[in-house]
Amino acid sequence: MHKASITIALFWIIGTALMFIMNWDANDMQFNAILASPNIEAIFGRDDYGRSIIYRLFAGFKNSIEIILVVSLISCTTGVVIGTVSGYVGGKFDAIVSFIINLFMSFPGILLAIAFAAMLNPGKLNLILALSIGGWVSYARLSRGQALMVRNFEYVKASKSMGASHWWIVARHLIPSLSTPLLVEATYAVAGLIIAEASLSFLGLGLQAPEASWGAMMRDSVRYLLVSPHYAIFVGMSIMSIVYCINHTGDYLHKYFNIKESLTKH
Amino acid sequence: MLKRIFLILLQVLAIYIVTFMLLHLIPGDPIQVMLGESASLADQNKLRMQLGLDKSIYLQLTSSLVKVFQGDFGVSILNHKPVLEQLITAGRNTYILAGASLLIALSFGLMGGIISAKFHNSAVDKIIMSISIFFISIPHFFLGPLLILFFSIWLGWFPVNGMGSFSSLVLPAFTLALGLIAIIVKLTRNCMLELIDSDIVRTARAKGLSEWAVLINHVFRLVLIPIISVLGMQFGSLLSGAVITETIFSWNGIGMLLVDSIQTRDYPITQACIFVIALSYVLVNILTDFIYKVADPRMRTGKIA
Repeated sequence: MHKASITIALFWIIGTALMFIMNWDANDMQFNAILASPNIEAIFGRDDYGRSIIYRLFAGFKNSIEIILVVSLISCTTGVVIGTVSGYVGGKFDAIVSFIINLFMSFPGILLAIAFAAMLNPGKLNLILALSIGGWVSYARLSRGQALMVRNFEYVKASKSMGASHWWIVARHLIPSLSTPLLVEATYAVAGLIIAEASLSFLGLGLQAPEASWGAMMRDSVRYLLVSPHYAIFVGMSIMSIVYCINHTGDYLHKYFNIKESLTKH
Repeated sequence: MLKRIFLILLQVLAIYIVTFMLLHLIPGDPIQVMLGESASLADQNKLRMQLGLDKSIYLQLTSSLVKVFQGDFGVSILNHKPVLEQLITAGRNTYILAGASLLIALSFGLMGGIISAKFHNSAVDKIIMSISIFFISIPHFFLGPLLILFFSIWLGWFPVNGMGSFSSLVLPAFTLALGLIAIIVKLTRNCMLELIDSDIVRTARAKGLSEWAVLINHVFRLVLIPIISVLGMQFGSLLSGAVITETIFSWNGIGMLLVDSIQTRDYPITQACIFVIALSYVLVNILTDFIYKVADPRMRTGKIA
């Protein structure tokens, strides 16, 4: 793997861990140092309430990762179950599921998440819900395609002729064949989720103050672009660094497992 | 074809039902959420009647469907103007923004891709490719502020936000376009490099055409086909990017209308915006399929699946 990606990942993980060990306070306000430029005490400077930007970024990283892990878990499980069953069973059930998948895909990007986040009260739980509602679709599509392909393979037919039950085939043949493309898909999906979560927070639909979130920091920083450009630049670079690191990991896994283009690129 | 149209209509109907149901997702009484706790009972009842929330869900759905079919999206709760009126004004602005950025993306993207392919593995190619990789990974909400910082605050070339003159279109259009430019550059370059060793190119060269004539007249036409399909796929991210970009630059488009309506809890507008965005996405996908058939004669006979 790339040294840059590893460095970025280590920086955020160690930083966030240190924050707990050293008891750094992301909500500590220094009113005499509002929007201060980077200095020894706060290496990324301070925000509009005089809070250390780097501490806020670490706290935001922790929140973001928490949300994204839960969302990934929910959407991956739902997507894989729906997709695999649909592809394996086929027939009318599959036609209905395909229609629903297509319906969800006709909502562009994060619009569905915006719509749901707008209707529900802002908060961590509702943010998770809003992101999961569209998140399962890509997993369902991937696993449906895989199930459609694998169910006609000879080893599956052989297994069936020996009297294997449907559950056995799904659990022992379909799901294992899915695991590597799923890992790559999930990696790219996490990068997308980080941007989606930040976008929602940027629009004021994510975590609410005083909780730290990268999107909300970005929105606040834009207001002070004229007086303290370092605020926007540090927050933006942090988001980009993580997205770059995760996409790069995805590319690496893609190459490492030698996954066919047809499975992950739709 | 008839089956296709039926499926599309079904899809549009389903999209409408989903956006319609959004209002009923709000925990508690939507009327109280919209008007706030302190609103009088008479006001609440009036709004409930106005929105038809006193009837059964089925009746509400059918009557609103009929109204939408007649172009009636109801009235805004905030300023009592018809929603359709605001949608059209905002839609026109978004259309200008999206159109400008598509134009920018296509012209710069194709140009960059052709230059990159023509001089592949040279320093020019490497510079163009690394700039592209940078712009693919930068999210709109960071690119916008960065452009403002460089071109408005430091250089003073363009206004920070608003939509007074032509120059105020430049920054939002580029914010929306840069990611797309990068994608088109990469695609154009890779397609051209693949085609350069093919038979058509050899034949064209054998006819004695100049190198640029081969590139533009023969290779370029074939490159357009994957670009059309990528543009169709990227339209969704263009729309959701527009929501962010319009918010950053205070561009009065659909995206800004959507975000404002969410903040003021003006649900009829929120619903209409979401429906219109999803609808235009579906329509663009149909259009892409159509252009695809025009651009690639092989698609018409259905020989290539």
